[in-house]
Amino acid sequence: MTEQVPRWASETFWKKTAIWVTGGSFVLLVILTFDSMSQITAGGSRVQAYSVINKDVSYRFDKAKQRYQPVIGGDAPLFGKLLSEEEAEKLVDHGKKTVQAKNCMNCHTILGNGAYYAPDLTKAWLDQGWGAKASREELMINFLLDPEKNARTFGSNRKMPNLDITKPEAEAIVAFLKWMSTIDTNGFPHNFTAIGEED
Amino acid sequence: MTLQAYQEKAAVCVAGCKQRYAALQANPYLSGGQKLAVHYFTVAMVLFMAQLLFGLLAGLQFIFPSFLYEILDFNVNRMVHINAMVVWMLYGFIGSVYWFLEEESGVPIVGLKWGQLAFWVLTGAVSIVVLVYLLIQIGSGDDTSLWLINEGREYIEAPRWADIGIVVVILIFFYNVAATFSAGKWSGIAGVLTLDLVALAGLYTAGMFYVTNISIDQYWWWWVIHLWVEATWEVLVGCIMAWSLMKLLGVRRQVVQTWLYIEVALMFGSGILGLGHHYFWIGTPEYWFTIGGFFSALEPIPLVAMVVHSIYDSGVHRFKNSNHPALAWVIAHAFGNFLGAGVWGFMHTLPQINLYTHGTQWSASHGHLAFFGAYATINIAFFYLAVQQARGNVWMGSELINGWRWKTAAILLNLGVLGMTVALLIAGYEQSFIERAVEGSTWAGYFAAQNHPWFMQAMIWRMVFGLMTAVGGGLLFWDLLEIGKGEDRPAAVIGDAATAE
Repeated sequence: MTEQVPRWASETFWKKTAIWVTGGSFVLLVILTFDSMSQITAGGSRVQAYSVINKDVSYRFDKAKQRYQPVIGGDAPLFGKLLSEEEAEKLVDHGKKTVQAKNCMNCHTILGNGAYYAPDLTKAWLDQGWGAKASREELMINFLLDPEKNARTFGSNRKMPNLDITKPEAEAIVAFLKWMSTIDTNGFPHNFTAIGEED
Repeated sequence: MTLQAYQEKAAVCVAGCKQRYAALQANPYLSGGQKLAVHYFTVAMVLFMAQLLFGLLAGLQFIFPSFLYEILDFNVNRMVHINAMVVWMLYGFIGSVYWFLEEESGVPIVGLKWGQLAFWVLTGAVSIVVLVYLLIQIGSGDDTSLWLINEGREYIEAPRWADIGIVVVILIFFYNVAATFSAGKWSGIAGVLTLDLVALAGLYTAGMFYVTNISIDQYWWWWVIHLWVEATWEVLVGCIMAWSLMKLLGVRRQVVQTWLYIEVALMFGSGILGLGHHYFWIGTPEYWFTIGGFFSALEPIPLVAMVVHSIYDSGVHRFKNSNHPALAWVIAHAFGNFLGAGVWGFMHTLPQINLYTHGTQWSASHGHLAFFGAYATINIAFFYLAVQQARGNVWMGSELINGWRWKTAAILLNLGVLGMTVALLIAGYEQSFIERAVEGSTWAGYFAAQNHPWFMQAMIWRMVFGLMTAVGGGLLFWDLLEIGKGEDRPAAVIGDAATAE
């Protein structure tokens, strides 16, 4: 019996299709990557320059876009020190390295990615749990330096372990968190009332 | 027991291992590549056990937060849990390819000695990395920590020195595959496999640099994680599955290879741009909503194709096959991949729902069923194919000696993982409603959801099914050590003669 395989079911047809589809998709991804990179470089509208830590930051619902957006306000230097762009970048960089070296992401989520044992850090700087803006910096530093004594378990009994974080590291982490809270995350998290926006 | 008694027990244990190792090296039924594959499979199984153990520890900490507090904290247990998983899967894939490389190419492996060296180097490196994870755990916030201890990026935490080692080992593996096929004969499976390995090794380098900008960091991090797990790994198991179906069921090469090309077209066609579903909330532009949503919604299609392919082929051959445990696991793979990666992924992939589910136990639910269904199952199927040959190509059909063992292991593992998946899904739903929709994603909202009885019940059920999975895993390990021993019937011959009726 001779078997005639139709062209659309033949091995060669699908081999060619696989090559073209893969190649085409990859080329598109590369083009989109170039565009995304240009839009998320620090200093643009989506990802702020590191010196944004000198400013007041909030997060509000944008009626036109129908989603929450970071809002950058007037001067509010972190720890009372106005930093140049280079100094701010150095501080945020130290914070990011500390967040990696302490393996924060295997308990917390960062931009929603990571583990689910502890709360998301994307808007940690803006969380109402710090009570008031005036005492926030001090509370954050004290917590990072001794999370066991200053435990914030919200009734869960889950305590952050002591990670031997130094004072400069703690300040750098806070700078990283403040900078991260200004990233335009397309409205994630939704329905989030930032500290100072309770009314 | 005295110290001396312990030492004596350890000596007996070491002698036993040495004896088994000598028996493996002298095994007349295995080729050089297959012996190397058994090395990989053995370490894979040990790492699988480690994954189960550390998963149980991390799971227990949800219920008893003070358990091992500041000794083995959740982040350490969870890191070992997911890293052991990634590495045992890679060991399984590398082993499977070494297993069929000689048969598929028709010639002995070109650089077998290099392959053996790479195995010991990789295994040594993995051991050091795990010891550092467990004993040193964290470092200060500088480059030294990232180079020597832990990079702190989920799934690819391995310190930079180990990254370089991994790339070198993968390059040796790639050389062996490409050079052996070149020396022998190329086939459709060979071509797809070789190109896929280029992509797999190349993509890993996208995760090997440090940047301050967290958005750029996560952009490239997803290149590694997504394009491995939802693209290149899927194609790699497509190759392994294609070869297994020819071996197990006697399916014609032309049929298998045509399906493989269809799967590659669908997998890469949906998976490459499906990457966009990770770019909704990390600072990247809004067009990823449309691109990521659309293409990731198509991602289940190749997985449906794989189910159709394997079940259709099994049906055409009236389920007559040479290895019952392996075929059972291939079928578990087809359904597990479709359900875990396909359906569970699709359920929360569109941005409109992902806004509420992103970063909740939904992801853990999807992750458990997807990694198990797509990758653990096919590796286990291959372990059974290997063990059959290693024991002298013996009978692995019905009425096996101690056949209850593989069946019980398979039932416990599949039910256990499915149970964990459903428990975590309930926790995920609860988080999406209470933490996200009602409470507005604050820390107070997060903990309101975590403290809720629905969440706690889900964690307890996850633990129950986790224990079931662990028992199944232990039983599987035992079965692989014993199955086929004392069997003197030869393996069933599968082919046209067996299936023509």
